[in-house]
Amino acid sequence: MFKVVDSAVPVACWSCSIGHNDSTLFCPHCSKIQPPPGGDYFSVFSLEPKLNLDLNALEHEFHRLSRKLHPDRFARALENEKQWSLADTALLNDAYRTLKDPIRRTEYLLKLLGAEIGEERESKAEKVAHVPADLLEEVFELNMQLEEMRAARATGEADPALEASLAEAKEKFEGLLKAVDEDLHAEWKEWDESDGAKRGAAQKKLVALLDRRRYLSNLVRDVNEVLGA
Amino acid sequence: MKEQMSEGRVVGIDLGTTNSLVAYMEGDKPVVIPGVDGSNLVPSVVALDPIPKDGGRPTVTVGNSARKALIETPERVIYSVKRLMGRGLEEIQEELKLFPFHLAGDLEEGEVPRIQLGELRFTPPEISAYILRQLKRNAERFFSAPVTQAVITVPAYFNDAQRQATKDAGRMAGLEVLRLVNEPTAAALAYGLDRAKTGTIAVYDLGGGTFDISILKLRDGIFEVQSTNGDTHLGGDDIDNLLLAIALNEIHAEHGIDLRLHPGAVQAVRKAAIEIKIQLSTEPIAHFDIELPNGDRYQREIPRAVFEMLIEPVLKRTVGPCKQALADAGITPEQIDEVVLVGGSTRIPAVRELVDELFHLTARGKRPHTELNPDEVVALGAAVQASILAGASKSTDELLLLDVTPLSLGIEALGGTVARIIQRNSTIPASATEHFTTGVDGQTNVAIHVVQGERELAADCRSLARFDLKGIPPMSAGLPRIEVKFLIDADGILHVTAREQRSGTEAQIEVKPTYGLTDEQVESMILDSFDNAEADFAKRLLIEARTEAETILAAVERAPQNPAWAQLTGDEKTAIKLARDYLNKVKQSDNAAAIREATQILDHATRRFAELMMEAAVSSALRGKTMNTAGEELAETVSAPHEFAPAEFK
Repeated sequence: MFKVVDSAVPVACWSCSIGHNDSTLFCPHCSKIQPPPGGDYFSVFSLEPKLNLDLNALEHEFHRLSRKLHPDRFARALENEKQWSLADTALLNDAYRTLKDPIRRTEYLLKLLGAEIGEERESKAEKVAHVPADLLEEVFELNMQLEEMRAARATGEADPALEASLAEAKEKFEGLLKAVDEDLHAEWKEWDESDGAKRGAAQKKLVALLDRRRYLSNLVRDVNEVLGA
Repeated sequence: MKEQMSEGRVVGIDLGTTNSLVAYMEGDKPVVIPGVDGSNLVPSVVALDPIPKDGGRPTVTVGNSARKALIETPERVIYSVKRLMGRGLEEIQEELKLFPFHLAGDLEEGEVPRIQLGELRFTPPEISAYILRQLKRNAERFFSAPVTQAVITVPAYFNDAQRQATKDAGRMAGLEVLRLVNEPTAAALAYGLDRAKTGTIAVYDLGGGTFDISILKLRDGIFEVQSTNGDTHLGGDDIDNLLLAIALNEIHAEHGIDLRLHPGAVQAVRKAAIEIKIQLSTEPIAHFDIELPNGDRYQREIPRAVFEMLIEPVLKRTVGPCKQALADAGITPEQIDEVVLVGGSTRIPAVRELVDELFHLTARGKRPHTELNPDEVVALGAAVQASILAGASKSTDELLLLDVTPLSLGIEALGGTVARIIQRNSTIPASATEHFTTGVDGQTNVAIHVVQGERELAADCRSLARFDLKGIPPMSAGLPRIEVKFLIDADGILHVTAREQRSGTEAQIEVKPTYGLTDEQVESMILDSFDNAEADFAKRLLIEARTEAETILAAVERAPQNPAWAQLTGDEKTAIKLARDYLNKVKQSDNAAAIREATQILDHATRRFAELMMEAAVSSALRGKTMNTAGEELAETVSAPHEFAPAEFK
């Protein structure tokens, strides 16, 4: 038997038995640590889901919560408090890691909204399927050059012309990557500040931009690897 | 005694490749606890004494006394065991080529390798446990109270198995390991304690057997690790081995003697190599001068320039990890505000030059931090962390360490590739949830292979464990939905739980660690199960107290023969005799505290006598003796009544 205080899913505090909603890390009545709450990563920081975040404020809140939740603070606590400190801190760290990085944050929010986002660990075959149509020709050209370069490296040959051409391609793709990032910024603002159909349109654009970005950044990484940068 | 209150004290332990230390927080300052011999460093060397005449189990010695056995009975001594912790059979075999010890002959695949030591065998965690037990005893002796909880440091780049093995060693030694702390992070704590700093620091830690680089951001007492990298098989040992190889090869070529066949002789050469390495940090040239078994001498000079050329490849191996750590932290060398040097090998001038170059220090008018002894700084930091955990000191109240996992965690996917689920440099504790399903109708088991590392193929990564999800209710292929939660705790150790969501059944997990001991094995290896028991502890304290009493009583017995005795007043002599008789009486009792107190009283009563002896010795030294022999005599005469633990008496 407990008194429901908040409107969200009610749970009873393990320590004082008073009910509270399940989205809190600490009991609002007795201040004891609670099992990991049910909400999303944004709610860990008491934030509305938004794509533009104040990173300084986020870091500050991360540090503040870390001081209260970290297992170091529960070294001599009850066994259940220790376990929850561990689970809560893992949730806090996972949330911070995801939200502080703009790309991960965007992917996360879009997934929360049910969007299908390509995985980092997709297979080679899937990668080919995702080549952006406007880049098809250049990408094939680049991949051939990369193969040639790898072969040259394997035999210890130097091919300055090929190297220069790859460096040039790298610069071009880095430029494209930068352009994607700018587009992303614009769409974040659009998503944050709109609703309804406009927000839906922004969401679609974001998914496409993320796919393109992932593709480009993998390309740049491959070129960097081959160039030994 | 320093403090009466010592209940529940948590110590910080640096379990090093070459040396180990134990430290604690004295007020708001971390200090190293010395051993009985007064030395802060306990060499990480473990020796098995000869079998006792009564046929019982031979005793094990640790530290300086064990090191002495290295040359006489090398087959009964083991050192640098840290390099073997948490490693598999093949890896160890590779490593052992450089060391004189051997694996037990009848090892089975998948078993934790055991080292043959005389007629017995030990796993690496057991050897480490002996070192930890020694440190525990040193601390207990110092506090006159049991010590059962510790923070132990590990190289930041240690993987899951190496961390688990270290924790197992703690348990075997009768220590509850409250936290494993990464060594470079501990060093940063030791440096950051006295000044609330804000900035980015790099810790370059080149020890006896491991190399770590960590980059941390400091802000308002929070030490947040940004990235870490390293090599768990790179350190001073490798430098020693280079010098050793030169000497052994030249001795073979020039004198026709293959010393490799004589383990004791190899250890003598190794000792000389280490001395040369140390000398070359301050001298431009050093010499090998070794007497060979046939009476010949091997003499060779090693100029510093030659030494530096020799070790360059070893030092260069630290460059890649440093660059990777910077890249992972997303910063350039110029953004590093301060660099901290840790580990004995950072005394080598060439190492300092390399660090200077890597982080553009001189160019920016900066110098690396070396104020704290590089051999002690990790233990001091461990003591700070111990104090944080115990909530024992105001000075550490505001401090918090946020460390990262050094290696990515992944699961083997189709085709043997790795699906990463927790990226390296994620702040720990960290977790990931994955969903699995079945591929065949009615399938009730799903096997999962967890690996750690950065390579694309599971076979190239470090295998951590194979999990078998059992008891899945039979359903059509693809229908079960098994949720598996991976959690890396604050020690950097992985935990796994699983649940079948569609039926709500908890799927059982059978964890088969690829390397490592089972709980039961660890339990059976606990060094002395009574070590924690009050009775046993009291017994040990009593024996120690009696030994100390005997030492001072023997010295007092000899006192009247010393000319200084005549200079004492009658009252002083009476006081000494009274204190002596009192101690003689008390030492028969079983009360260790009373014996210690009586010992202190006698110690106090003889203080002026000791001073008089000191004066006599000094003046005799001035009468035409060399300072050297005078010094020896001085030590002999004066230390006699006071050779026991001066630190414990006011």
